[in-house]
Amino acid sequence: MEGVKLLDFWVSPFGLRVRIALAEKGVEFEYKEENLAEKSELLVSANPVYKKIPVLIHDGKPVCESLIIVQYIDEAWSDKGPALLPKDPYQRAQARFWADFVDKKMYECGTRVWKSKGEAKEEAKKEFIDNMKLLEATLGDKPFFGGDVFGYMDISLIPFACWFYSYETEGSFSIEEACPKILEWVKRCKERESVSKFLPDPHKVHEFVLFLKKRFGIE
Amino acid sequence: MAVKLLGVWASPFVMRPRIALNLKSVDYEFLEETLGTKSELHLKSNPVYKKIPVLLHDDKPICESMIIVQYIDEVWTEGPSLLPTDPYDRAIARFWTVYIDDKWFPSLTRIFKAHTNEAKAETIGQVLEGMKLLEEAFEKCSKGKEFFNGETIGYLDIALGCYLGWLRATEKMGGLNLLDKEKTPKLAAWADKLCSNRVVKEVMPVTEKLIEYDKMLLAKLAQPPQ
Repeated sequence: MEGVKLLDFWVSPFGLRVRIALAEKGVEFEYKEENLAEKSELLVSANPVYKKIPVLIHDGKPVCESLIIVQYIDEAWSDKGPALLPKDPYQRAQARFWADFVDKKMYECGTRVWKSKGEAKEEAKKEFIDNMKLLEATLGDKPFFGGDVFGYMDISLIPFACWFYSYETEGSFSIEEACPKILEWVKRCKERESVSKFLPDPHKVHEFVLFLKKRFGIE
Repeated sequence: MAVKLLGVWASPFVMRPRIALNLKSVDYEFLEETLGTKSELHLKSNPVYKKIPVLLHDDKPICESMIIVQYIDEVWTEGPSLLPTDPYDRAIARFWTVYIDDKWFPSLTRIFKAHTNEAKAETIGQVLEGMKLLEEAFEKCSKGKEFFNGETIGYLDIALGCYLGWLRATEKMGGLNLLDKEKTPKLAAWADKLCSNRVVKEVMPVTEKLIEYDKMLLAKLAQPPQ
């Protein structure tokens, strides 16, 4: 089974990281949309430990966990496209640290913003804004998190941009008001084909959130 | 000294960069914190999480144990490589490291937090399932050699090996056999080999000392890793 196949789900920020990384490197791949309610045999056999997307299958060999896949893409196609991680070891450590921060903080906290109610919701909102402000301070006046060049850390965060509208609507707050520099960075990232090609319409993402809320019986 | 490491002797996370620095024969100053206190340097160097270990290289802080290990590998290239050269093998080593930190070790710490015998048995079952998975992973990664990384100790050996002191303490405290020589023979052999290696032996806490600290440390380690 030669070639590159990606098992994914359209709205997953983790899957989006991989799609963007592959596009940055100019790697052709076959996209397979998974039904997460009924996981395919291929997904279960490719990721038996977690049974989760995304999974990159390269010449029949599966790679799991989005940030691990992005690093794999950078290393397996080191002769193609731009380097996703900086050359300098200290800069690499910083990129890994902040991508790991996004992993730990964004999805779980964002989910609490739309899923919870009352005091729990207010707490989640405050935490979300605090995390975003920290990221904004890290970005500073640089065009991208890594400096002049779009890379690993930007890739780890940009997929969540299509979820901002959902968090804002469900949480009744404005991310732009709290962190204007982050929104400017989002606009900059969207100028890249890899990002604009794959980032779903935020309104469609919100429709999906509403569907999930109904399914979980929230509100 | 150019290289300093902030940590506590009992933390498995702190052990990780220490093993890596030993493998690379890098001299460093170990700045030991007192358990339960956080020095000003600690808070200043890791303002985001306020946790140890923190590596200070020419006063520049690097945080998160496995990120520090990768940094050490990339800076001191004369010593043995801590990660395989093949991108796929590297991805596999990283994958199991994440599994160990996100799933396996938390299940180990849950054993003594279980309130009922059923809950305890279930958690022990999860740990043992994990050991089976890691035995299979060892077979695939080691390719017949002594360590996950092959002939020399590497990234995944460090990621799992740092927890062996705690594993043994848990076995002794609970009268359990978690690293079973019969059920997971390759892993058991690997553990013995790893623990008897100088680079690990020097920094591995003695089981009895860990048991002494058990209550305080379990509470600390119950927090999400790093």
